[in-house]
Amino acid sequence: MSNKIIEKEYFSDKVIRFVVENQKISRSRKAGNFVILKIGEKGERFPLTIADADPVKGTITLVVQIVGVSSAKLAALEIGDCITDLVGPLGKPTDIELKGTILACGGGVGVAPLLPIVEAFKKAGNRVVSVIAARSKDLIILEDQIRKWSDEVIVMTDDGSYGRQGLITAGMEEVIQREKIDECIVIGPAIMMKFASLTTKKYSIPTQASLNSIMVDGTGMCGACRVTVGGKTRFTCVDGPEFDAHEIDFDEMLMRLGGYRAEEAVASNKYFQK
Amino acid sequence: MSLDPEYLKSERSQEWRTALRSKIKNKERTAIQRVHMPEQAPEVRVKYQDREVNLGITAEMAALEASRCMDCVTPTCIEGCPVNINIPKFIKLIENGDILGAAATLKETNALPAVCGRVCPQEKQCESRCFYVEKMNLNSVAIGHLERFAADFERASGTSNIPKTAAPNGIKVATVGSGPAALSFAGDMVKYGYDVTVFEALHEIGGVLKYGIPEFRLPNSIVDFELDNLKKMGVKFETNFIVGRTASFDDLREEGYQAFFIGSGAGLPRFMDIAGENYNGILSSNEYLTRVNLMGANSDNSDTPVIKGKRVAVIGGGNTAMDSVRTALRLGADRAMIIYRRSEAEMPARIEEVKHAKEEGVEFMNLCNPLEYFADEKGMVNRMRLNRMGLGEPDASGRRRPVPIDGSEFELDVDLVIVAVGVSPNPLVPSCLPDLKITKWGTIVVEEEKMQSSIEEMFAGGDIVRGGATVILAMGDGRKAAENMHEYLQKKVSNPTKIN
Repeated sequence: MSNKIIEKEYFSDKVIRFVVENQKISRSRKAGNFVILKIGEKGERFPLTIADADPVKGTITLVVQIVGVSSAKLAALEIGDCITDLVGPLGKPTDIELKGTILACGGGVGVAPLLPIVEAFKKAGNRVVSVIAARSKDLIILEDQIRKWSDEVIVMTDDGSYGRQGLITAGMEEVIQREKIDECIVIGPAIMMKFASLTTKKYSIPTQASLNSIMVDGTGMCGACRVTVGGKTRFTCVDGPEFDAHEIDFDEMLMRLGGYRAEEAVASNKYFQK
Repeated sequence: MSLDPEYLKSERSQEWRTALRSKIKNKERTAIQRVHMPEQAPEVRVKYQDREVNLGITAEMAALEASRCMDCVTPTCIEGCPVNINIPKFIKLIENGDILGAAATLKETNALPAVCGRVCPQEKQCESRCFYVEKMNLNSVAIGHLERFAADFERASGTSNIPKTAAPNGIKVATVGSGPAALSFAGDMVKYGYDVTVFEALHEIGGVLKYGIPEFRLPNSIVDFELDNLKKMGVKFETNFIVGRTASFDDLREEGYQAFFIGSGAGLPRFMDIAGENYNGILSSNEYLTRVNLMGANSDNSDTPVIKGKRVAVIGGGNTAMDSVRTALRLGADRAMIIYRRSEAEMPARIEEVKHAKEEGVEFMNLCNPLEYFADEKGMVNRMRLNRMGLGEPDASGRRRPVPIDGSEFELDVDLVIVAVGVSPNPLVPSCLPDLKITKWGTIVVEEEKMQSSIEEMFAGGDIVRGGATVILAMGDGRKAAENMHEYLQKKVSNPTKIN
């Protein structure tokens, strides 16, 4: 398990796609699983959802957005470098079966973990309508790949620089008004998932959201990733990462994502000044 | 499982032991006072997360303490040791000046002597069964201090004795997890001649010895040294590998693994399920200790953050609670408090840990129970509400049940809360094995004498079976599992059609 980087592609100056050698994970992962990474001896452990895998070549695909020190350290790795530690696949895989019509919604870098789910739903015989959204054109990623596995794709940008102008919920509403949706999956920033979830709740469409909580070990040991679902505390790493979106306490989740903001700000200042 | 009495007798009757016994009169031996473990001064040690509190005894102290041991005909102390160390032999070797011989004796049955010499609750194990305690009502021989002395002496000498192993039998076995249960198992299996691989989910080997126990009690370098010994004996280690996920048990069977030992530990931290418990700044002891011990979050060059609380409340009264509250002090807390719902008499923590915590300035708020947490506008905990408890009739655990006192509620300013009220078994492994029998608590069901699970080639031990215990009990399980897996596999090899 070398964890060697064999491809690196910039989607934008902050969003990068890596193809990494790890034969075991490439074979055992399923749509919806994530991995925990650590860059360098003193690195932090952090989760990333697997965006794709090739069991023949023995590789997995990861998409990272630079938001702090750890993601910046990953982004700084080049082809031929190795990721110090990489473990997985973790989390419960997405429940994939023939359900009818799936509305797949991805915001920003969340489109990366959405891709294998879209592919799996399509292969299971579903009609898949995807709505992908971002602030502006340069932040729309993996559009072609999403198109490959979708019956229809709607692209939304906040500033209207590409696709249609508006939030992801506008695109979702349009589809929901037009046809019967059997299930919806949303992945993206917590705030986007909150509003996407409110949208489908209005129409009682069963909806799953894949959460990106703070984690240390990723195996159930630390409890940093706890989230309230249906009034009960659950661990994103072993009980999720996908939960019934209508039951998730998104406000608490948003609050918990800021649990180390002060410490992270200090670390970021130090790292980026260097 | 216990050492053969005939073997013990023959060892005891060796010339050097007989000579040593007649050298000093028993009366003189019992007149010697038990050695005191030298300690770093409290005001110094609270400044350093990574400096040991206990400094270890000197060679002179060790020789004198060893001479207290009566070398009893029936060494009951061995019965009190879950890994059955030949205690009189190693102590008498110290008295005789053969410290390396003493260290070798420890390693005959204990894969981690320097660890056990530091973290075992000897007062509840071997030392509670010492002749001095059982028959004379005196302080026991300081078996734990002597164990640590012999192991440390060997490490410092640079001449590490690697225990003999049987010729390799080519049979592959694996452990799931790399904590004390798995390491003890691996050490014994490699001695029997098996090809042992230890699989660990984290990026470091050692399990709770690395992520849980702080360096001021157990330095990581000492764990690494003991791991090195196992490596030299031929044990293979694989990190970042979750058995059942990274590869399935079937994948590993295909790779030739014939049996497994599951020592995956007590994974899930428990919370109290009270209002406000998910606010930021309220975390499990597992999270807090992992950030500091495993990830080094207290040092400037680590990328892992940790909240350095000024008013820290640690909920619980066990060793993990003590480790957490003392860590908080070392990370700069002005007030580090233990909130425990019973009284000190019921506290599950080792007496030594409670004593050390008190010396360092930890405040003990016993007979108090948290009710609710409050937070600032950013969701950061800033206050908690508690009530006082009284003690009622004994409950199922035999300890007096804590009962809330009406009208006793009060509030406390806090900026970090660490919940150390226990753990539940990690569901990761059982969830991959639908045929594995588990209890309603999620622990793996084993045949107690054999540590064999409902799947015959799978043995288990440590916290995944016990739910939450000590390093040494886990190690005892590992040894027992090794002995019985060895027997199982030998039968299988000699009669391949009968089993399987």
